Amino acid sequence: MKNSINFDIALTHIITRKKQTMVAALGVTIGVGIYLFMNSLSSGFTNYSRDEIFKSSAHIKIYKNDEISQPIAASDTNNINVIINPQITTLSKKIINPEALLAQVKSQPNVTNAIAQVNFDAFYNRGKAQLKGTGNGVNMIEYSAMFNTEKYMVAGNTKALQGNLNGIIIGSGIAEKLNLGLDDNITVTSSYGVVKVMKIVGIFTTGSSMNDLQKSYVNITTAQQFIKEGPSFVSTLFVNTPNADQSGKYVEQLQQLTPYTVEDWKTTNADVLSGDKTRNAMMSAISLSILIVAAFGIYNVLSSTIMQKINDIAILKATGFKGGDVVKIFVMEAIVMGIIGTVAGLLLGAGLIGIMSHVYMGGPVGYFPITFEPRLFMTSFVLGLLITISAGYFPARKAAKVDPVDIFRK
Amino acid sequence: MSHNKVVLSTHGLGKYFYDPVRFQALQDVSFEAYAGEFLTLVGKSGSGKSTLLYCLSTMDTAYEGELYIKGEKITGKKTDELAAIRNENIGFVFQFHYLLPEFSCLKNVMIPARKLGKYSYQEIEERAYQKLKILGLEDQALKPASKLSGGQQQRVAIARALINDPAIIMGDEPTGNLDSKNSAIVFDIFKEIAHDFGQTIIAVTHDNDFAKASDRTIELADGKVVSHSKVFS
Repeated sequence: MKNSINFDIALTHIITRKKQTMVAALGVTIGVGIYLFMNSLSSGFTNYSRDEIFKSSAHIKIYKNDEISQPIAASDTNNINVIINPQITTLSKKIINPEALLAQVKSQPNVTNAIAQVNFDAFYNRGKAQLKGTGNGVNMIEYSAMFNTEKYMVAGNTKALQGNLNGIIIGSGIAEKLNLGLDDNITVTSSYGVVKVMKIVGIFTTGSSMNDLQKSYVNITTAQQFIKEGPSFVSTLFVNTPNADQSGKYVEQLQQLTPYTVEDWKTTNADVLSGDKTRNAMMSAISLSILIVAAFGIYNVLSSTIMQKINDIAILKATGFKGGDVVKIFVMEAIVMGIIGTVAGLLLGAGLIGIMSHVYMGGPVGYFPITFEPRLFMTSFVLGLLITISAGYFPARKAAKVDPVDIFRK
Repeated sequence: MSHNKVVLSTHGLGKYFYDPVRFQALQDVSFEAYAGEFLTLVGKSGSGKSTLLYCLSTMDTAYEGELYIKGEKITGKKTDELAAIRNENIGFVFQFHYLLPEFSCLKNVMIPARKLGKYSYQEIEERAYQKLKILGLEDQALKPASKLSGGQQQRVAIARALINDPAIIMGDEPTGNLDSKNSAIVFDIFKEIAHDFGQTIIAVTHDNDFAKASDRTIELADGKVVSHSKVFS
């Protein structure tokens, strides 16, 4: 009650100066709206490109990296120079005892799923036509659960591969180029010279021509035969974690278990991520600038209010209002303008997002990948208010410094 | 009416202006104001009477010497403390009314009391009505301040000065903008406040009739007190 007089005065100023209030609020509306919209664009696209990454790579993969030969003796300082010729000494990409490692990885906390995979270089033949690609030997049900492959199937389904050692799922690009359809036969040759005639049980299309033109899935046992290895051969383990952003932490945790290379998706896709980062930084800079420009609207309106209300300020100070009270009055006005502007801005931003999500971009992207993200609505709201409060604070402080004697003696 | 209780006193008050050149506006001003006294400050234009009033008002703190209100030393206090002292102890009436134009008369009167926060909103409203009634304005209470005549506005300003029952009412040419009829009304109100309610009035005026009818007049010339009594009688 004691301080409500401050609010009463602030509210009266706002109500009796509707037009200026609306102009200031409109500036904030546009600022917050554009800020929300641009960040949603940026975030939507980042999510899209991240989904693209997770179509084919897991959060963490464990594989045997190439080893470089080490010199037996190091060069010492006694004028003896050792000439060395470092070379790759990896004989096999094999992970030893993969079942035990897989079980161990699966038992770790923060591991939601882990699967084994056997990769091989494959040639897809039909008659004289030949395409080069990569075969992935996987347990298709587990693989599909991790990468959501079922979503991209255009013919057949992933379950058909289960237990079918002669079955293969190929990318739509391969099917198209070799003019093959479901239930047709395809000859697959591996780089180890193993040739198999396989039956197409499914066709997928991911929208990425690199995947669609090269990738195929077979059973893990079939893949082991293609590279002439026994049933214990596994080339890669894929691990999923509850939070992809935290993958770095989980890498350290998993690295404790195994001497093999543990690598997260961020390392593998560093180029894509740095591109995302650059775009986000640009978008943030532009949208923040717009928001700051909007804040100047509040600054202007409050400054002119203060100039017009300078007599009121003088009499309030004479009758016992402290400098802090005057600051409160005008900051409250800024807050009210800020709230009106910010809420309207969120609605504007939501409208723009709604429109944008119906804009067709073509290609594998389809409709623009933009969604309503509560997190961004929250940041826009908080930022909008924060900026209007600071824009209000400076003129308010000026008002607090008004010397009533100067006014009364005029 | 007892004239023995000192409400406000100054000891050797001096003030300089530095713009455009160093100029002594007040020189060794010492006087006392008593409870229930109607005191006027007179002098020619530039004699320092308004300057003295603003030093007494606690709004101007750049002076030499000492100021006491109700026995408490005011000189040297912080601006926020001074604001609280003004709120409780001093009511102001200026040449111009300085009412907040968007507020009703009643709300204007209530402002200093709501700042003081001693009473509830309802009590303050009731008290503001009483003050307006004393000034004959109870039927104007709910009108916006900007819709009243000059004389009425000045009376609302007086009601605002009275709302916290301050010990001192200070006026800077309180009748300067009023016609003779309204001036007479304001004068009678001041006299009533001083003599019936025991509050002290300190008013700067150049209206001789106004000064003549007050209890005591202090005349200033060139920043010095030249006469300390009823100069016109």
